Amino acid sequence: MSGLIKFLKKVEPDKKKSPFLHTLYDAVFTLFYVPDHVTRNGVHIRDGMDLKRTMVMVVLALQVCYLFGTWNIGQQHFAALGLYPGALEGLHLKLIHGLIKVLPIFIVTHVVGLGIEIWYASKKGHGVEEGFLVSGALIPLIMPPDIPLWMLALAVGFATWIGKEAFGGTGRNIWNIALLARVFVFFAYPTEISGDQVWVSGIESAAAGAAVDYGWWHLTVFNGLFDALGWATFNPAATVIDGFTGATPLALAYAGGWSAVTEVYSVDQMWWGAIPGSIGETAKPLIILGALFLILARIGSWRIMLSMFIGAALMGLIFNAWGATPFMQVPWYYQFYMGSFFFAMAFMATDPVTASGTNTGKWIYGMMIGALGLLIRVSNPAYPEGWMLAILFMNMFAPLIDHYVLEANMKKRLSRA
Amino acid sequence: MAEVMQDTQEVKEKEPLFGKAERKLLIDPINDNNPITVQVLGVCSALAVTTLVYPSIIMAIAVIFVTAFSNLFTSMLRNTIPKSVRMIVQLVIIATLVTIVEQVLKAVNFPVYKQLSVFIGLIITNCIVMGRLEAFAMANKPWRSFVDGIGNGLGYGLILVIVAVFREIFGKGSLLAGSPMEMKIIGASDLYWINTATNPWFGWYMNNNLMVLSVAAMFILGILIWVQRSRNPKLIDIS
Repeated sequence: MSGLIKFLKKVEPDKKKSPFLHTLYDAVFTLFYVPDHVTRNGVHIRDGMDLKRTMVMVVLALQVCYLFGTWNIGQQHFAALGLYPGALEGLHLKLIHGLIKVLPIFIVTHVVGLGIEIWYASKKGHGVEEGFLVSGALIPLIMPPDIPLWMLALAVGFATWIGKEAFGGTGRNIWNIALLARVFVFFAYPTEISGDQVWVSGIESAAAGAAVDYGWWHLTVFNGLFDALGWATFNPAATVIDGFTGATPLALAYAGGWSAVTEVYSVDQMWWGAIPGSIGETAKPLIILGALFLILARIGSWRIMLSMFIGAALMGLIFNAWGATPFMQVPWYYQFYMGSFFFAMAFMATDPVTASGTNTGKWIYGMMIGALGLLIRVSNPAYPEGWMLAILFMNMFAPLIDHYVLEANMKKRLSRA
Repeated sequence: MAEVMQDTQEVKEKEPLFGKAERKLLIDPINDNNPITVQVLGVCSALAVTTLVYPSIIMAIAVIFVTAFSNLFTSMLRNTIPKSVRMIVQLVIIATLVTIVEQVLKAVNFPVYKQLSVFIGLIITNCIVMGRLEAFAMANKPWRSFVDGIGNGLGYGLILVIVAVFREIFGKGSLLAGSPMEMKIIGASDLYWINTATNPWFGWYMNNNLMVLSVAAMFILGILIWVQRSRNPKLIDIS
């Protein structure tokens, strides 16, 4: 180990001459060793629960989603081709196909986001903050697997630059960074993130008979490897089977209600998450596991999660009573089986920076997200999912909610005095 | 007060028609005292009309005309307008000019008139026009007021065109669409210089729909203000 620290000290770039490199170096150095920075003035309270630990906990909670997402990309790809229907059949092909899709997204997100982050940190003369760890882990999970990388780079750049650095960096942003990246793609390139064509990767289109879209990695590198090992290989001649639509449960529900959904997907399948969707948002049990982990680690607020659930359930009940469209008639409890409710609840709404801070405020905030999200999902013809827009909308009102909660509390205590 | 009067009297005698003061009046609003990015006036129309460059240019010309002549006429009348009804008199002047602009545009270039639709009429409510009348024309001589009006109109128009250039290129892939000098830059047909359907390098390109929404003008304006405030030493805010 002493060799490592000697090496690190030797390669340290000059802080004055190349601030960008020094910040990058600092970020790597603090991964291995505790920095020798000391506080210089005033009284400080040190707590083990610092920013880095908070952020790392969230990233840990997301790992199961990554694992499942990687498998599910492959599963959906082969479901479109009518191959390997079992969960464990052709596992190596599914995982490799998933990795080929996820890794570039992950790398591009981090290179762009961290690049901007480090550049600003070096400009402002402080170490790079941990804020992007979570955003960078969340962004790939909420993107469709086939998103063009330049689009992703643009979206991440927009979110980090306009959404965060313009407001002053980690902890000062008004809107959730990960959702800003997604909403950028949603408004700028709607055809790439909505509709039936985008949720299944590696095929040229979702129409029957469409060809697969394999690249160099599939055909040369991994087919060569699997051939050598004697395993099954990617079949470049495979085509999309008849009857495959690529539609998500929500799109089906919008068109034909719950019966249309169950014709294509079973309830179990939706619950366990083997359905088309964004990379990491389909597996409900695993997301709930992550949510429980966050609650136990005291990072995610159970108040927001619970109130969001209640808000969505209430809205669902109202829609059931109303019942004007097939989507409204979907039983309220089945609304939770479709779409990304749990992912939004566990990882997006609970973002401590953009959520309400007071306990009463958290109840109102969560409840409103739940109700609004379902409202948008059911009534928006262009895009049957609403959590992204609902959360961003309520992010904007979180400070206002806090303000009135505090005012009310002050009034109450003054009247008691 | 008497001294001030005397000063201006003296200055007037040796003052050239277009001296330093006039140049300052003309140049200042373009950068240091820009009506949009520094005074933050007239933002609504900057958000609404800037999807295409050509209508923005027309809009800019219309606003320059209105600010310049309303400044001129108000300044001419400034000593006869009773203080209590000055706003109404100013509005009558502005409304007359805007109506002239509207009728001329309708006669000369009807398609652009239809594109700009209500926003030509809304120049009446453009804060820049009223702001200059109140802040400048009511207290200055006609010629200077006229120059000040042109300067502020130019400052407004410059920002309008900058925003529109970004929005049109990235949002529609063209430049100056609708005008005789229309340039089609990037798009998926043979009409464009770069045909994304056949070009081997730009096959990935897609128009950015966000740029067509007025939200984009907000972002671009914000970035312009950011850049200007960090570059212009007079505007750097030390706090």
